[in-house]
Amino acid sequence: MSGAGDDGPPDRGAAGAEATDGWIAGELAAELPGLALSSLVAPVGGPRTTPGLRRRLRTLSDRFGGARAVLLRSEPVPAAYRAFYRHVGLDPDVDRPPGEAVVLDRLVHGGFASSDRLADALLLAVVETGVPVWALDDERLDGPLGLRTAVAGERVGEGDTAGEAPDGQIVVADAARAAAVLFAAPAASHAAAAGTVRTRLYAIVVAGVPAIHVEEALWTAAEALTEG
Amino acid sequence: MSLVTDPRPLSQIPAPGEERAAAAAAERAARVELRRQIATLERQLSDALATAFVHATPDALTSAQAPAGRGAADAPRLLGLGELEAVRDALATRLGGARALLSAVGERQEQARLLREQMLREPHRHRFVRVARRDLGEPGCGFWEVRPRLGLVGMLMGWWQVKVSSGCPLAT
Repeated sequence: MSGAGDDGPPDRGAAGAEATDGWIAGELAAELPGLALSSLVAPVGGPRTTPGLRRRLRTLSDRFGGARAVLLRSEPVPAAYRAFYRHVGLDPDVDRPPGEAVVLDRLVHGGFASSDRLADALLLAVVETGVPVWALDDERLDGPLGLRTAVAGERVGEGDTAGEAPDGQIVVADAARAAAVLFAAPAASHAAAAGTVRTRLYAIVVAGVPAIHVEEALWTAAEALTEG
Repeated sequence: MSLVTDPRPLSQIPAPGEERAAAAAAERAARVELRRQIATLERQLSDALATAFVHATPDALTSAQAPAGRGAADAPRLLGLGELEAVRDALATRLGGARALLSAVGERQEQARLLREQMLREPHRHRFVRVARRDLGEPGCGFWEVRPRLGLVGMLMGWWQVKVSSGCPLAT
Protein backbone atom coordinates (compact mmCIF):
# COMPACT_ATOMS: atom_id res chain seq x y z
CA MET A 1 0.00 0.00 0.00
CA SER A 2 1.39 3.41 -0.81
CA GLY A 3 1.12 6.56 1.16
CA ALA A 4 2.53 10.01 1.46
CA GLY A 5 5.34 8.91 3.68
CA ASP A 6 5.76 5.43 2.22
CA ASP A 7 8.72 4.63 -0.01
CA GLY A 8 7.44 1.23 -1.14
CA PRO A 9 5.86 0.53 -4.52
CA PRO A 10 2.24 1.64 -4.75
CA ASP A 11 -0.54 -0.89 -5.04
CA ARG A 12 -1.52 -1.50 -8.68
CA GLY A 13 -5.01 -2.47 -7.70
CA ALA A 14 -5.61 1.04 -6.42
CA ALA A 15 -6.37 2.36 -9.90
CA GLY A 16 -8.94 -0.41 -10.24
CA ALA A 17 -9.10 -0.77 -14.03
CA GLU A 18 -7.36 -2.30 -17.00
CA ALA A 19 -5.64 -0.43 -19.80
CA THR A 20 -7.65 -0.72 -23.00
CA ASP A 21 -6.77 -0.17 -26.63
CA GLY A 22 -8.67 2.55 -28.40
CA TRP A 23 -10.04 2.40 -31.95
CA ILE A 24 -8.02 3.68 -34.89
CA ALA A 25 -9.65 4.93 -38.09
CA GLY A 26 -8.93 2.68 -41.06
CA GLU A 27 -6.92 5.19 -43.08
CA LEU A 28 -4.65 5.95 -40.10
CA ALA A 29 -4.13 2.28 -39.30
CA ALA A 30 -3.26 1.57 -42.92
CA GLU A 31 -0.88 4.50 -43.31
CA LEU A 32 0.74 4.53 -39.88
CA PRO A 33 1.21 0.95 -38.71
CA GLY A 34 2.02 0.79 -35.04
CA LEU A 35 -0.07 3.83 -34.19
CA ALA A 36 -2.35 3.08 -31.25
CA LEU A 37 -4.09 4.69 -28.33
CA SER A 38 -4.10 3.07 -24.94
CA SER A 39 -6.30 4.35 -22.12
CA LEU A 40 -6.96 3.68 -18.48
CA VAL A 41 -9.68 5.01 -16.20
CA ALA A 42 -8.44 6.10 -12.79
CA PRO A 43 -10.00 7.86 -9.82
CA VAL A 44 -8.42 11.12 -8.73
CA GLY A 45 -7.48 11.15 -5.07
CA GLY A 46 -7.74 14.92 -4.74
CA PRO A 47 -6.38 18.09 -6.27
CA ARG A 48 -3.40 18.54 -3.98
CA THR A 49 -0.18 16.76 -4.72
CA THR A 50 1.37 14.52 -2.11
CA PRO A 51 4.76 14.67 -0.36
CA GLY A 52 5.56 11.28 -1.93
CA LEU A 53 4.97 12.62 -5.43
CA ARG A 54 7.05 15.71 -4.78
CA ARG A 55 9.85 13.54 -3.43
CA ARG A 56 9.79 11.29 -6.50
CA LEU A 57 10.00 14.29 -8.79
CA ARG A 58 12.94 15.65 -6.80
CA THR A 59 14.71 12.30 -7.09
CA LEU A 60 14.08 12.23 -10.84
CA SER A 61 15.44 15.77 -11.18
CA ASP A 62 18.82 14.46 -10.05
CA ARG A 63 18.81 11.84 -12.80
CA PHE A 64 18.49 14.30 -15.69
CA GLY A 65 21.47 16.53 -16.35
CA GLY A 66 22.49 18.38 -19.48
CA ALA A 67 24.25 15.38 -20.99
CA ARG A 68 21.17 13.19 -20.61
CA ALA A 69 19.01 15.88 -22.19
CA VAL A 70 21.20 16.04 -25.28
CA LEU A 71 21.55 12.29 -25.65
CA LEU A 72 17.88 11.59 -24.87
CA ARG A 73 16.85 11.82 -28.53
CA SER A 74 19.07 8.83 -29.32
CA GLU A 75 17.26 6.60 -26.83
CA PRO A 76 14.72 4.19 -28.37
CA VAL A 77 11.45 5.65 -27.06
CA PRO A 78 12.19 9.36 -27.70
CA ALA A 79 13.69 8.40 -31.08
CA ALA A 80 10.48 6.58 -32.01
CA TYR A 81 8.38 9.65 -31.17
CA ARG A 82 10.76 11.94 -33.10
CA ALA A 83 10.48 9.77 -36.20
CA PHE A 84 6.70 9.64 -35.89
CA TYR A 85 6.52 13.43 -35.51
CA ARG A 86 8.26 13.72 -38.86
CA HIS A 87 5.88 11.19 -40.39
CA VAL A 88 2.86 13.33 -39.50
CA GLY A 89 4.37 16.63 -40.53
CA LEU A 90 5.58 17.89 -37.16
CA ASP A 91 9.14 19.04 -36.58
CA PRO A 92 10.34 17.61 -33.25
CA ASP A 93 12.92 20.40 -33.02
CA VAL A 94 10.08 22.96 -33.02
CA ASP A 95 7.19 21.09 -31.40
CA ARG A 96 9.18 19.03 -28.93
CA PRO A 97 7.80 15.59 -28.10
CA PRO A 98 6.59 15.78 -24.48
CA GLY A 99 9.32 13.41 -23.26
CA GLU A 100 11.99 15.82 -24.48
CA ALA A 101 10.10 18.98 -23.57
CA VAL A 102 9.87 18.11 -19.88
CA VAL A 103 13.59 17.35 -19.68
CA LEU A 104 14.43 20.67 -21.34
CA ASP A 105 12.12 22.40 -18.86
CA ARG A 106 13.92 20.64 -16.06
CA LEU A 107 17.24 22.08 -17.31
CA VAL A 108 15.78 25.57 -17.53
CA HIS A 109 14.12 25.50 -14.11
CA GLY A 110 16.70 23.41 -12.30
CA GLY A 111 14.26 20.63 -11.44
CA PHE A 112 10.93 19.06 -12.30
CA ALA A 113 8.49 21.62 -10.96
CA SER A 114 5.72 20.20 -8.80
CA SER A 115 2.25 21.74 -9.09
CA ASP A 116 -1.07 19.94 -8.57
CA ARG A 117 -1.56 16.21 -8.28
CA LEU A 118 -2.76 15.67 -11.84
CA ALA A 119 0.09 17.58 -13.44
CA ASP A 120 2.60 15.85 -11.18
CA ALA A 121 1.21 12.42 -12.02
CA LEU A 122 1.43 13.05 -15.77
CA LEU A 123 4.92 14.52 -15.39
CA LEU A 124 6.07 11.53 -13.39
CA ALA A 125 4.76 9.13 -16.03
CA VAL A 126 6.50 10.80 -18.96
CA VAL A 127 9.79 11.29 -17.14
CA GLU A 128 9.95 7.72 -15.91
CA THR A 129 8.95 6.02 -19.16
CA GLY A 130 9.38 8.54 -21.98
CA VAL A 131 5.75 7.92 -22.95
CA PRO A 132 3.50 10.99 -22.65
CA VAL A 133 0.16 10.60 -20.93
CA TRP A 134 -2.79 12.99 -21.10
CA ALA A 135 -5.87 13.10 -18.89
CA LEU A 136 -9.50 13.66 -19.83
CA ASP A 137 -12.50 13.99 -17.57
CA ASP A 138 -14.12 10.57 -17.92
CA GLU A 139 -17.59 11.95 -17.26
CA ARG A 140 -17.35 14.25 -20.28
CA LEU A 141 -16.60 11.40 -22.68
CA ASP A 142 -18.99 9.42 -24.80
CA GLY A 143 -17.70 5.88 -25.31
CA PRO A 144 -14.19 4.67 -25.99
CA LEU A 145 -11.42 6.92 -27.25
CA GLY A 146 -9.79 6.58 -30.61
CA LEU A 147 -7.82 8.32 -33.33
CA ARG A 148 -9.19 9.66 -36.60
CA THR A 149 -8.75 12.59 -38.92
CA ALA A 150 -10.88 15.68 -38.49
CA VAL A 151 -13.43 16.68 -41.10
CA ALA A 152 -13.69 20.20 -42.49
CA GLY A 153 -15.15 22.64 -39.99
CA GLU A 154 -14.92 20.26 -37.06
CA ARG A 155 -14.11 21.68 -33.65
CA VAL A 156 -11.97 20.19 -30.92
CA GLY A 157 -13.89 20.25 -27.66
CA GLU A 158 -17.11 22.13 -27.17
CA GLY A 159 -18.31 25.48 -25.97
CA ASP A 160 -16.48 28.78 -26.17
CA THR A 161 -13.07 27.25 -25.70
CA ALA A 162 -13.39 24.81 -28.62
CA GLY A 163 -10.83 25.37 -31.34
CA GLU A 164 -11.21 24.57 -35.01
CA ALA A 165 -9.39 21.52 -36.35
CA PRO A 166 -8.10 21.84 -39.90
CA ASP A 167 -9.40 19.26 -42.33
CA GLY A 168 -7.33 16.09 -42.06
CA GLN A 169 -5.75 16.90 -38.71
CA ILE A 170 -5.31 13.81 -36.55
CA VAL A 171 -7.42 14.06 -33.44
CA VAL A 172 -8.24 12.05 -30.33
CA ALA A 173 -11.98 11.57 -30.28
CA ASP A 174 -14.79 9.75 -28.54
CA ALA A 175 -18.02 8.70 -30.24
CA ALA A 176 -19.36 12.24 -30.23
CA ARG A 177 -16.53 14.68 -30.94
CA ALA A 178 -12.84 15.42 -31.02
CA ALA A 179 -11.42 15.96 -27.55
CA ALA A 180 -7.80 16.78 -28.39
CA VAL A 181 -5.40 17.22 -31.25
CA LEU A 182 -2.82 14.44 -31.48
CA PHE A 183 0.10 15.15 -29.10
CA ALA A 184 -1.52 18.36 -27.85
CA ALA A 185 -3.18 19.19 -24.56
CA PRO A 186 -6.87 18.20 -24.48
CA ALA A 187 -9.58 20.79 -25.12
CA ALA A 188 -10.46 22.69 -21.96
CA SER A 189 -14.02 21.35 -22.11
CA HIS A 190 -12.79 17.75 -21.88
CA ALA A 191 -9.52 18.01 -19.95
CA ALA A 192 -9.34 16.64 -16.43
CA ALA A 193 -9.29 19.56 -13.99
CA ALA A 194 -9.48 20.35 -10.29
CA GLY A 195 -13.01 19.00 -9.85
CA THR A 196 -12.52 15.81 -11.84
CA VAL A 197 -13.46 12.72 -9.87
CA ARG A 198 -12.53 10.09 -12.44
CA THR A 199 -10.08 10.61 -15.24
CA ARG A 200 -9.48 8.79 -18.51
CA LEU A 201 -5.73 8.64 -18.97
CA TYR A 202 -4.50 7.98 -22.48
CA ALA A 203 -1.18 7.49 -24.20
CA ILE A 204 -0.35 7.60 -27.89
CA VAL A 205 1.64 4.59 -29.00
CA VAL A 206 3.84 4.74 -32.09
CA ALA A 207 5.92 2.12 -33.87
CA GLY A 208 9.07 1.41 -31.89
CA VAL A 209 7.61 2.09 -28.45
CA PRO A 210 7.37 -1.15 -26.47
CA ALA A 211 3.92 -1.93 -25.07
CA ILE A 212 5.42 -2.40 -21.62
CA HIS A 213 6.51 1.27 -21.56
CA VAL A 214 3.01 2.41 -22.46
CA GLU A 215 1.38 0.29 -19.81
CA GLU A 216 3.94 1.43 -17.27
CA ALA A 217 3.28 5.08 -18.14
CA LEU A 218 -0.47 4.71 -17.65
CA TRP A 219 -0.10 2.81 -14.42
CA THR A 220 2.48 5.22 -13.07
CA ALA A 221 0.11 8.12 -13.64
CA ALA A 222 -2.89 6.19 -12.27
CA GLU A 223 -1.07 5.19 -9.12
CA ALA A 224 0.18 8.69 -8.55
CA LEU A 225 -3.39 9.95 -8.80
CA THR A 226 -4.71 7.49 -6.25
CA GLU A 227 -1.86 7.29 -3.76
CA GLY A 228 -1.79 9.07 -0.45
CA MET B 1 -6.71 9.33 -88.51
CA SER B 2 -5.24 6.17 -87.06
CA LEU B 3 -6.25 4.36 -83.88
CA VAL B 4 -3.57 3.40 -81.38
CA THR B 5 -4.34 -0.07 -80.17
CA ASP B 6 -3.01 -1.88 -77.10
CA PRO B 7 -0.86 -4.76 -78.38
CA ARG B 8 -1.63 -6.93 -75.33
CA PRO B 9 -4.20 -9.69 -75.54
CA LEU B 10 -7.56 -8.64 -74.15
CA SER B 11 -7.22 -10.99 -71.17
CA GLN B 12 -4.03 -9.20 -70.05
CA ILE B 13 -5.37 -5.65 -70.18
CA PRO B 14 -6.38 -4.63 -66.62
CA ALA B 15 -9.73 -3.04 -66.03
CA PRO B 16 -9.58 0.70 -65.15
CA GLY B 17 -10.42 -0.06 -61.51
CA GLU B 18 -7.57 -2.53 -61.26
CA GLU B 19 -5.13 0.00 -62.66
CA ARG B 20 -6.18 2.56 -60.10
CA ALA B 21 -5.82 0.02 -57.31
CA ALA B 22 -2.37 -0.94 -58.54
CA ALA B 23 -1.34 2.72 -58.70
CA ALA B 24 -2.66 3.33 -55.19
CA ALA B 25 -0.78 0.29 -53.89
CA ALA B 26 2.42 1.48 -55.54
CA GLU B 27 2.01 4.94 -54.04
CA ARG B 28 1.36 3.48 -50.62
CA ALA B 29 4.49 1.37 -50.91
CA ALA B 30 6.42 4.51 -51.85
CA ARG B 31 5.08 6.32 -48.77
CA VAL B 32 6.08 3.38 -46.55
CA GLU B 33 9.58 3.50 -48.00
CA LEU B 34 9.80 7.28 -47.51
CA ARG B 35 8.74 6.94 -43.88
CA ARG B 36 11.44 4.32 -43.38
CA GLN B 37 14.01 6.67 -44.89
CA ILE B 38 12.80 9.55 -42.72
CA ALA B 39 13.13 7.44 -39.57
CA THR B 40 16.66 6.44 -40.56
CA LEU B 41 17.69 10.02 -41.32
CA GLU B 42 16.19 11.28 -38.08
CA ARG B 43 18.14 8.67 -36.14
CA GLN B 44 21.35 9.57 -37.95
CA LEU B 45 20.80 13.26 -37.28
CA SER B 46 20.31 12.53 -33.58
CA ASP B 47 23.48 10.45 -33.58
CA ALA B 48 25.36 13.34 -35.22
CA LEU B 49 24.29 15.65 -32.40
CA ALA B 50 25.27 13.05 -29.81
CA THR B 51 28.69 12.68 -31.47
CA ALA B 52 29.17 16.45 -31.45
CA PHE B 53 28.24 16.54 -27.77
CA VAL B 54 30.63 13.74 -26.85
CA HIS B 55 33.43 15.60 -28.63
CA ALA B 56 32.56 18.82 -26.83
CA THR B 57 31.42 20.61 -29.97
CA PRO B 58 27.62 20.79 -29.73
CA ASP B 59 27.71 24.46 -30.78
CA ALA B 60 29.13 23.38 -34.11
CA LEU B 61 25.88 21.65 -34.93
CA THR B 62 23.53 24.39 -33.84
CA SER B 63 23.10 25.76 -37.34
CA ALA B 64 22.73 22.32 -38.85
CA GLN B 65 20.18 21.25 -36.25
CA ALA B 66 18.14 24.43 -36.26
CA PRO B 67 14.94 24.05 -38.23
CA ALA B 68 14.29 26.48 -41.01
CA GLY B 69 11.13 27.67 -39.27
CA ARG B 70 7.71 26.53 -38.38
CA GLY B 71 5.82 25.31 -41.40
CA ALA B 72 2.51 26.76 -42.37
CA ALA B 73 0.73 23.46 -41.84
CA ASP B 74 2.25 22.00 -38.71
CA ALA B 75 -0.79 20.14 -37.50
CA PRO B 76 -0.36 16.38 -37.22
CA ARG B 77 -1.85 14.83 -40.35
CA LEU B 78 -1.29 12.20 -42.99
CA LEU B 79 1.31 13.40 -45.44
CA GLY B 80 1.14 12.79 -49.15
CA LEU B 81 3.95 11.47 -51.27
CA GLY B 82 5.26 14.93 -52.17
CA GLU B 83 5.21 16.12 -48.56
CA LEU B 84 7.03 13.04 -47.33
CA GLU B 85 9.63 13.55 -50.06
CA ALA B 86 10.07 17.16 -48.92
CA VAL B 87 10.55 16.02 -45.28
CA ARG B 88 13.03 13.36 -46.39
CA ASP B 89 14.99 15.82 -48.55
CA ALA B 90 15.11 18.47 -45.81
CA LEU B 91 16.40 15.91 -43.33
CA ALA B 92 18.99 14.65 -45.80
CA THR B 93 20.20 18.22 -46.35
CA ARG B 94 20.45 18.85 -42.61
CA LEU B 95 22.26 15.57 -42.08
CA GLY B 96 24.70 16.39 -44.88
CA GLY B 97 25.38 19.79 -43.30
CA ALA B 98 25.83 18.26 -39.86
CA ARG B 99 28.26 15.65 -41.13
CA ALA B 100 30.27 18.27 -43.05
CA LEU B 101 30.49 20.38 -39.92
CA LEU B 102 31.53 17.42 -37.80
CA SER B 103 34.15 16.50 -40.36
CA ALA B 104 35.55 20.05 -40.41
CA VAL B 105 35.57 20.18 -36.60
CA GLY B 106 37.32 16.80 -36.48
CA GLU B 107 39.98 18.06 -38.87
CA ARG B 108 40.58 21.19 -36.77
CA GLN B 109 40.86 19.08 -33.63
CA GLU B 110 43.33 16.79 -35.32
CA GLN B 111 45.48 19.78 -36.29
CA ALA B 112 45.27 21.14 -32.74
CA ARG B 113 46.36 17.79 -31.31
CA LEU B 114 49.28 17.70 -33.72
CA LEU B 115 50.31 21.19 -32.65
CA ARG B 116 50.13 20.19 -28.98
CA GLU B 117 52.38 17.21 -29.67
CA GLN B 118 54.90 19.45 -31.38
CA MET B 119 54.70 21.93 -28.49
CA LEU B 120 55.46 19.14 -26.01
CA ARG B 121 58.32 17.77 -28.12
CA GLU B 122 59.94 21.10 -29.02
CA PRO B 123 58.64 23.85 -26.72
CA HIS B 124 61.45 26.26 -27.69
CA ARG B 125 60.16 26.27 -31.27
CA HIS B 126 56.61 27.17 -30.18
CA ARG B 127 57.16 30.06 -27.79
CA PHE B 128 53.92 31.39 -26.25
CA VAL B 129 51.77 29.21 -28.49
CA ARG B 130 48.42 28.39 -26.86
CA VAL B 131 46.02 25.57 -27.65
CA ALA B 132 42.61 25.63 -26.01
CA ARG B 133 41.11 22.43 -24.62
CA ARG B 134 37.99 23.25 -26.56
CA ASP B 135 39.95 23.22 -29.82
CA LEU B 136 41.19 19.76 -28.90
CA GLY B 137 37.64 18.52 -28.38
CA GLU B 138 38.18 18.22 -24.65
CA PRO B 139 35.75 19.49 -22.03
CA GLY B 140 36.68 22.47 -19.88
CA CYS B 141 38.12 25.87 -20.70
CA GLY B 142 41.83 25.47 -19.97
CA PHE B 143 44.80 25.98 -22.28
CA TRP B 144 48.04 24.25 -23.15
CA GLU B 145 50.62 27.00 -23.43
CA VAL B 146 54.38 27.23 -24.00
CA ARG B 147 55.84 29.49 -21.26
CA PRO B 148 59.38 30.29 -20.16
CA ARG B 149 60.57 28.45 -17.07
CA LEU B 150 61.36 30.92 -14.25
CA GLY B 151 59.91 33.85 -16.14
CA LEU B 152 62.40 36.33 -17.60
CA VAL B 153 65.39 34.19 -16.70
CA GLY B 154 63.98 31.25 -18.61
CA MET B 155 63.19 33.49 -21.55
CA LEU B 156 66.81 34.71 -21.70
CA MET B 157 68.26 31.24 -21.13
CA GLY B 158 65.91 29.53 -23.60
CA TRP B 159 64.20 27.34 -20.98
CA TRP B 160 60.72 26.69 -22.31
CA GLN B 161 58.00 24.40 -21.06
CA VAL B 162 54.38 23.55 -21.75
CA LYS B 163 52.00 24.55 -18.99
CA VAL B 164 48.38 23.54 -18.59
CA SER B 165 46.17 26.25 -17.18
CA SER B 166 44.11 25.33 -14.18
CA GLY B 167 40.69 25.55 -15.83
CA CYS B 168 37.68 27.78 -16.00
CA PRO B 169 37.65 31.17 -14.30
CA LEU B 170 35.53 31.41 -11.21
CA ALA B 171 32.02 32.71 -11.67
CA THR B 172 31.66 36.33 -10.60
